[in-house]
Amino acid sequence: MNINAIREQFPILHQEINGHPLVYLDSAASSQKPRSVIDAVSKYYELDHANVHRGVHSLGSRATDAFEGAREKVAKFINSPSVEQIIFTRGTTTALNLVASSYARAVCGEGDEIVITPMEHHSNLIPWQQVAKATGATLKYIPLQPDGMFTLEDVEKTITDKTKVVSMTYVSNVFGCENPIKEVTKIAHKHGAVMVVDGAQSTPHIKIDVQDLDVDFYAFSGHKMCGPTGIGVLYGRRELLENMEPIEFGGEMIDFVELYDSTWKDIPYRFEGGTPIIAGAVGLGAAIDFLNEVGMENIDAHVKQLSQYAYNVLSEIDGIAIYGSEKNRSGLVTFNLDDVHPHDVSTVLDAKGIAIRAGHHCCQPLMRWLKVSATARASFYLYNTTEEIDKLATALVQTKEFFGYGIE
Amino acid sequence: MELNDLYRRVIMDHYKNPRNRGELNDESISIQLNNPTCGDRISLQLQVEEGKVINARYTGEGCSISMSSASMMTEAVKGKQLDEALELAERFSALMQGKDVEFDELEDIEALSGVNKFPARIKCATLAWNALKKGVESAK
Repeated sequence: MNINAIREQFPILHQEINGHPLVYLDSAASSQKPRSVIDAVSKYYELDHANVHRGVHSLGSRATDAFEGAREKVAKFINSPSVEQIIFTRGTTTALNLVASSYARAVCGEGDEIVITPMEHHSNLIPWQQVAKATGATLKYIPLQPDGMFTLEDVEKTITDKTKVVSMTYVSNVFGCENPIKEVTKIAHKHGAVMVVDGAQSTPHIKIDVQDLDVDFYAFSGHKMCGPTGIGVLYGRRELLENMEPIEFGGEMIDFVELYDSTWKDIPYRFEGGTPIIAGAVGLGAAIDFLNEVGMENIDAHVKQLSQYAYNVLSEIDGIAIYGSEKNRSGLVTFNLDDVHPHDVSTVLDAKGIAIRAGHHCCQPLMRWLKVSATARASFYLYNTTEEIDKLATALVQTKEFFGYGIE
Repeated sequence: MELNDLYRRVIMDHYKNPRNRGELNDESISIQLNNPTCGDRISLQLQVEEGKVINARYTGEGCSISMSSASMMTEAVKGKQLDEALELAERFSALMQGKDVEFDELEDIEALSGVNKFPARIKCATLAWNALKKGVESAK
């Protein structure tokens, strides 16, 4: 993988921030976009735009072809058995909320259980809290070990015959660990529960095969994998999707509308009420082409190598605490510097052109589990280099010194 | 962008050696505020007698800017009439908007003027002052 050639394709990376070359280490929050994605979106608007699935005119057909072409690319990308099982959403959050509001609310009742983990992003936690409150189901957590991971024994203990839904992230956006989705799915299925996976952090660099994983629902966002914001995907098992009620009603999703009753289109359209995010889907299609061209295996190897390198280099810094296990690093390193609040770390790094994330990472329960109010996080993608991680390490040492001098 | 504009020595002093950190008795006015986007939180207690702030203390967690601002605010507000305290909070808001404001009460506060050049950090500096405004309103 030629990193320089890849970096050349990302216009945004070639700028200075506060007088320093930009070092972008916040791809877990949102990745940057290659020229081909930017061009695909603008070309769509310049040449092909109209509303989809409606007009008889030529532009309408071209827009529909572009939109449905993107759906085919997504289906192939995650090895969905069919194109109809790909629902376009606004992002992972909307996708997970769709599963919770439509599927889970219909199947859960008093005495049933929903099982998640404490490492979930708020978007894979609050929807389940809401389902539990509305249906009387119990929300259960698989306990975490001191290194932030869970054991399969604990998964076995937590999931029971009363469990209707198990939902978890594939890759934690705080620990960067990869969870054993296949194994957990087997346990969930043994008890008759469906398996929902938050793929927001995994899909950008891990080759996803939903049939091999055997999961029932899989959600991810376009903007973390070189695509535009505002577009995401929910994959679902066909027989589940076909029995789910829509949660948004309006244009595009109906079959027949009478004065007092209506019927829905088949999947996926019944879940895509209103004019969809056409340009976003086109951009996501271009992002998938780009990622395929680089090769998902190459991207995954690069991201993991950078993550391990960062773990090793940052571990050398005096007074740093790194959260999560040393092994099994997938895309990011979350840390704190002794006596320096992560916001202050982030501001000092920004003055040196380095962009990292500081805060609770939409994981307030996990922050409480870690007994910290916030952390700093550096995350890596295909365009990052080991030199950038060295710059981060140097800047962190300077940050410590800077805050040391401040108290003299 | 000059970091020294933001992290003045006096700010770091208030951060490392906070004034008025702790709790007052149960009869005090108590205000809890947090900053949901970043997780900073403050619990402010005001002891008000006959329309005057007799004492002020705070506990909380946050960055150097939010905690030093709380330390300075509690220093400045002690002995103020409620109206004066509110007026002080208004002047602090103006300072954060980049306006030229003077603080006779406690010149340390002016050290926070550099925060207005760091838009992402203004909400850190204003957290304690927003708690003050709420506290004064509930005391009135």
